[in-house]
Amino acid sequence: MNEKYGELLIEGKNIVKDFKVSSNALKQPMMRASNDVSFKMYKSRGMAVVGESGSGKSTIAKMIAKMYAPTSGEILYRGRDIQSIKKHSDLMKYREGVQMVWQDPFGSLNPTHNIFHHIARPLKIHKKVTPGNKKELEERVYDLLEQVGLIPPKETAAKYPHQLSGGQRQRVNLARNIAVGAEVVLADEPTSMLDVSIRAGVLNLMEEMKTEREMSLLYITHDIATARYIAEDLCVMYVGHMVEWGDTDEIIHRPQHPYTKLLVSAVPDPSKSIHTKLEGNNGDIPLWTPDSLGCPFAGRCLHATPRCSDELPGVTKLADNHFVRCHLHDQ
Amino acid sequence: MTTPQISIRNLCVDYITADGDVRAVNDVSFDIGKGEVFGLAGESGCGKSTIAFALMRLHKPPAFISAGEVYFADENGKMNDIMQLSDGEMTVFRWSQMSMVFQSAMNALNPVIPIVDQFTDVIMRHTDKNKYEAVKRAEQLLQIVDIHPNRLSDYPHQFSGGMRQRLVIAIALALNPKLIIMDEPTTALDVVVQREILQKIYALKEEFGFSILFITHDLSLMVEFSDRIGIMYSGQLIEVASAQDILKNPYHPYTHGLGSSFPSLTGPKAALIGIPGNPLNLLDIPTGCRFQARCPRVEEVCRTTANPLRQIEANHMSNCHLAVAGEAIKFVELETA
Repeated sequence: MNEKYGELLIEGKNIVKDFKVSSNALKQPMMRASNDVSFKMYKSRGMAVVGESGSGKSTIAKMIAKMYAPTSGEILYRGRDIQSIKKHSDLMKYREGVQMVWQDPFGSLNPTHNIFHHIARPLKIHKKVTPGNKKELEERVYDLLEQVGLIPPKETAAKYPHQLSGGQRQRVNLARNIAVGAEVVLADEPTSMLDVSIRAGVLNLMEEMKTEREMSLLYITHDIATARYIAEDLCVMYVGHMVEWGDTDEIIHRPQHPYTKLLVSAVPDPSKSIHTKLEGNNGDIPLWTPDSLGCPFAGRCLHATPRCSDELPGVTKLADNHFVRCHLHDQ
Repeated sequence: MTTPQISIRNLCVDYITADGDVRAVNDVSFDIGKGEVFGLAGESGCGKSTIAFALMRLHKPPAFISAGEVYFADENGKMNDIMQLSDGEMTVFRWSQMSMVFQSAMNALNPVIPIVDQFTDVIMRHTDKNKYEAVKRAEQLLQIVDIHPNRLSDYPHQFSGGMRQRLVIAIALALNPKLIIMDEPTTALDVVVQREILQKIYALKEEFGFSILFITHDLSLMVEFSDRIGIMYSGQLIEVASAQDILKNPYHPYTHGLGSSFPSLTGPKAALIGIPGNPLNLLDIPTGCRFQARCPRVEEVCRTTANPLRQIEANHMSNCHLAVAGEAIKFVELETA
């Protein structure tokens, strides 16, 4: 990924994140949720992060959202390390630019407030409307609801979250992102709880936010097919490591890392048969600790060599926008 | 089709609510052949799981089966209506003839009882095996699902999600049932584990010859795994066809909408259409077709006349008024419209 993709908004550089596994103060085993993760997010471009549960997908989003600080490495927003953002006004500015959408649309809206409140709040907090001007606020809220396809807006604004379907609620969340004029949207499995017929509409809305509002989209998912639909770049994660990343179509059609091959072969698709052989063997997913050595996939890999269990593979650039972390591709 | 394993006729299930009775399953009829995998697909709340519970007669008030027959083939090929069985007979029937893998099977195991007791409980209740024989059978079952028998005395939390799923499947297999209902059996699992489990289930089906009623919301997966598929919308079965046919040549606009709602992994990138509107409120059912408010091709007849499921062509049924044999809805056609 290089600058020809447009303006670089978020850059992750060799991010490492360790978590304490036990709350016992005497023994403090750690687990490594992210290990040497680097990525770049550009304006008007989508980056999908896929991997199984526990692979560290959400940890990345939460670090970008400043909910966790990385143990080492840095995250840059427009070239500035986000850990250096401490002053309240700077923080507000950052949160205005970087917004999140959560997986559960039933838990992410306050059930005791109506939809108007949910849209008006970010507008007021980030001073997007003249304070005290009720009419302007109302107009903005209705306008936003209309933009995300919640019509008629006036009626929707008066409703409470429980009166909306999951898809409509997720649209409210996206309207909140648009309200503050976010440049970066971190969407953590935003459609995994929605029915297929509803999901398409939400995906299309995010696609529109990406292309027309030039937002940079981080799309975390376990569904590679929707990742292909919405994201130009794809990052495959396994046990806290980015094992392969680059152009989405390239990775899906010509996966190079053994884990990506296994993952792509497992994705359900109407054109496949249930007998499609899995490209790999089954094994236990390791718990990664700061002392773990080698490639995290070595225990399950069909091509593992002794070297794979001793030494973490470096990053190999296969093409202009295709990177892999695997000893098989060492130059 | 030869004699089916199970034949469901005009099944209706009602829920009593404060706002009036809701018919969650309305006049549903279908057959599942011996050794066949029948998939039931549809959005949340369309009545898939309600059917599964009705077949096992597990509904408790406020839900009750208000009409319909469910015929189940016994050893001699005789079809018995299981709705007519007494509670005692039903207890004997349940699990030995028809068993079930529940939604969120991960949580279907009792966390404070070792696995072995959860196996022997089922086996000893339904057969005259003693404890020793039941444990032997449990060991066999564990081997069938590729888990080492020495783990029998472990507790559920000591197993991974995929293993727990396999344990639940092993318990469903315990009495060699003829039909296993699988209600979202792999929803909480990662794709790699999901495929492993389904391949295992398929191999077991080939080995033991049971039929499967497979319920999921993941249409891609369902097309891969099932022989025939029934699509449900707001309590009604609206289209039934072979798995190969149903997404390629749909006759119902809803099925077509579902087909154009999920992106392809490998094919050309087409815009997702989705289906506008929201699922039907079952308390407010219109005259005529239940899909009329969301349907792109709705006509006058859809608003006035009821639309029972009818045969469109061989092995393909739909309840759409506008369906004409040989004129399935084309995908491109609607996409450009």
